[in-house]
Amino acid sequence: MRVIDKLRKSNTFKGLLYILPATLILVAFKIYPIIKSFTMSFYTDFDYLSGEVYKRGFDNFQYVLSDPDFYLALKNTFYFVLGAVPLSIIVSLGFALLLNSNIKLNSFFRSIYFLPFVTSTAALAIIWRWIFNGDYGLANYLVMSLGGKKIKWLTDPNLTIPILVLFNVWKGMGYKIIIFLAGLQNIDKKYHLSAKIDGANKWNIFTNITLPLLSPTLFFVSITSVIGAFKIFDEVFVLYNTSTGPLKSGLTIVYYIFNKFYRHWQFSISSAAAFVLFIIILIFTLIQLKIGKTKSNY
Amino acid sequence: MKRTLQKTLIYMILTVGALFILVPFIWMISTSLKPSNEVLIMPPKFIPSKLMWENYKIALEAAPFKTYFKNSIIVTVSVTLGEIITTILAAFAFSRVNFKGRDIIFTILIATMMVPGEVLTIPNFVTLSKLGWIDTYKALIIPWCASIYSIYLLKQHFMSIPDELYNAAKIDGCSDFKFLWTIMVPLAKPTIVTLIILKVISSWNSFFWPLIVTNSKEMRTLPLALSAFTNEFGTDYNVLMAATNIIVLPVIIFYTILQKHIISGVSKAGIKG
Repeated sequence: MRVIDKLRKSNTFKGLLYILPATLILVAFKIYPIIKSFTMSFYTDFDYLSGEVYKRGFDNFQYVLSDPDFYLALKNTFYFVLGAVPLSIIVSLGFALLLNSNIKLNSFFRSIYFLPFVTSTAALAIIWRWIFNGDYGLANYLVMSLGGKKIKWLTDPNLTIPILVLFNVWKGMGYKIIIFLAGLQNIDKKYHLSAKIDGANKWNIFTNITLPLLSPTLFFVSITSVIGAFKIFDEVFVLYNTSTGPLKSGLTIVYYIFNKFYRHWQFSISSAAAFVLFIIILIFTLIQLKIGKTKSNY
Repeated sequence: MKRTLQKTLIYMILTVGALFILVPFIWMISTSLKPSNEVLIMPPKFIPSKLMWENYKIALEAAPFKTYFKNSIIVTVSVTLGEIITTILAAFAFSRVNFKGRDIIFTILIATMMVPGEVLTIPNFVTLSKLGWIDTYKALIIPWCASIYSIYLLKQHFMSIPDELYNAAKIDGCSDFKFLWTIMVPLAKPTIVTLIILKVISSWNSFFWPLIVTNSKEMRTLPLALSAFTNEFGTDYNVLMAATNIIVLPVIIFYTILQKHIISGVSKAGIKG
C-alpha cells in the first residue's frame, strides 16, 4: 500500500499519467510503424496474415531501385518539386510584399487568397478538371479568345507537371502569403527608415534589409514546401480520374507507393519505396538546414 | 502623381490575383446551376439563363450523401475533440510537471515529426486490420487523436504562463487538474482555437487515409464520395459541380465565420513551428 501511495504522490507517476493518452496513440500509430516500416522493407518472403517472416534481404530495395517505373516516378516528382517550390515561393512573396504596403482591403484580399487552402483538394481538382476540359473548358476558351488553338490539357503528357505546378501554386499561395506577411510584420520599421534616409532605393532595401531579415520565414516556408511537394498525390489522383495521367506522366513517388500497396498488395516493396522517399526528404531537409545555417540571419 | 500610379498598379495586380483564385469557384457555382444544354457550349456562359436548383436535388439523391455527411461529421468532431484533450493533457505535463525522462520522451516525439506520413501507412494498415478495425470509425478516428505538432505548439504557449500563477494556485490548495482546466486552458484559448480550426479543416478534407482504411460506401467520407461520384457522373458536369458545392460549402461557411482566427492562428503557428 505504502509503495503505491508514494508512487501516486510522485511527479513521475503524475507526469506519465498526463502524457499517457497522447503517448499511447503516438507509440502505436507513429513510433511503432516507423520501426515496423523499416524492418518490413527487408522482408522478402513473408506471410501477411500470420505475420511470419521466412526470409529477409535487400531484394525489395533492389527491386525498387531497378524498376523503371520508380525512376519515372522519381523524375516526375523532382520535376514537380523544382517547378512548384520556387514558383510558389516567388509568387506568394510577391503578393505578401504588395499586401504589406499599407493597402486598403488588405484583409479582404487575404481572405480570398486563403480560400483554396481550406477547400478539399479532391473538390478543387474536380473543378480544375472541368476547366481544363479539352472541348468545353474555360482554359481553352481563354486560349481561343486570345487567338490560339485548342490545347489538349489533360491528355498531353508534357502538360501534366506544369498543370500540377499551377494547381499547387494556386492552392498554396494563401497559406504562404499569410506566413510571409507575419514575417514581414516582425521586421522593425526602423531599419527601412534609416536605409531610406541613407538614400537606398527600393530594390536595395528589399535585397539588403527585407530579404535577410525575412530569412527565417523564408527558410521555414521552403522546408515545408519541399517536404510537401515531394509527397504530392491527391492532386494527381483526382485530376486524372484515379489514373497516373497520360503515359504515366503524373506517376509520383507517393503514387508509386500507393499503387504497390493498394493495387498490387506488395507491402514490403511499398515499404522500401516509402523508405527511399524518406531518405530523399531527409537529405533535402539536411541540405536546406545546412544552407539555412550559413545564410540565415538568426 | 507617382504614388497614385504605384497604388493603382498594386491594386490591379492584387485584383488579378484575386480573380485567378475566384474564377474556378465562380465557375463551379455557375455550372452547378446551369441547365444541361448550357453546360457544354462555346463560348461558355457565366450566367445561366435559368437557375436550375434541381441539379442539387439530383446530386443529393444520386449518392448517399446523408451517410457521407454523417461520417464526415462524426469523424471530424471525434478527431478534433480527441486531439485537443490528449494535447492539453500532454502539453501540461511537458510544460509544468517535472518528471523523470520527460525531456527524452519529448525529444523522441519531436524527432518523429521528420518522418513523412506515407512511411507509416503500411504498418498502420496492417495493425488496424489485425485489430479488425478496417472499415470502421475506429480506423478513421483513433490514429488521429494525438498530434506532436499540436502538443509542441500548446506546450510553448503553456510555458509562457508565469510560474507564480501556478504556485499561488498550489498554495490555495488547487489541484493540478483543476488548475489546468480552469486557469491554463482559458489563458491558452487563442492557441487552442487555432489547433481546433486547423484540425477541423485537415480532417474534413483528408483523402489519402480514408481512401485506404475504408472500402464500403457506408464508411466513406465526403472527399472520397466525390471522387467516386465523378466516375458515375463523368459528363453531367452541372450535377457534378452541384455535388462539389455541397461538399465544399460547409468548410467555406466555417472559414467565413472564423476567418479572422484562422488567418492570425496560421501565421502564429507558422512562425513558431
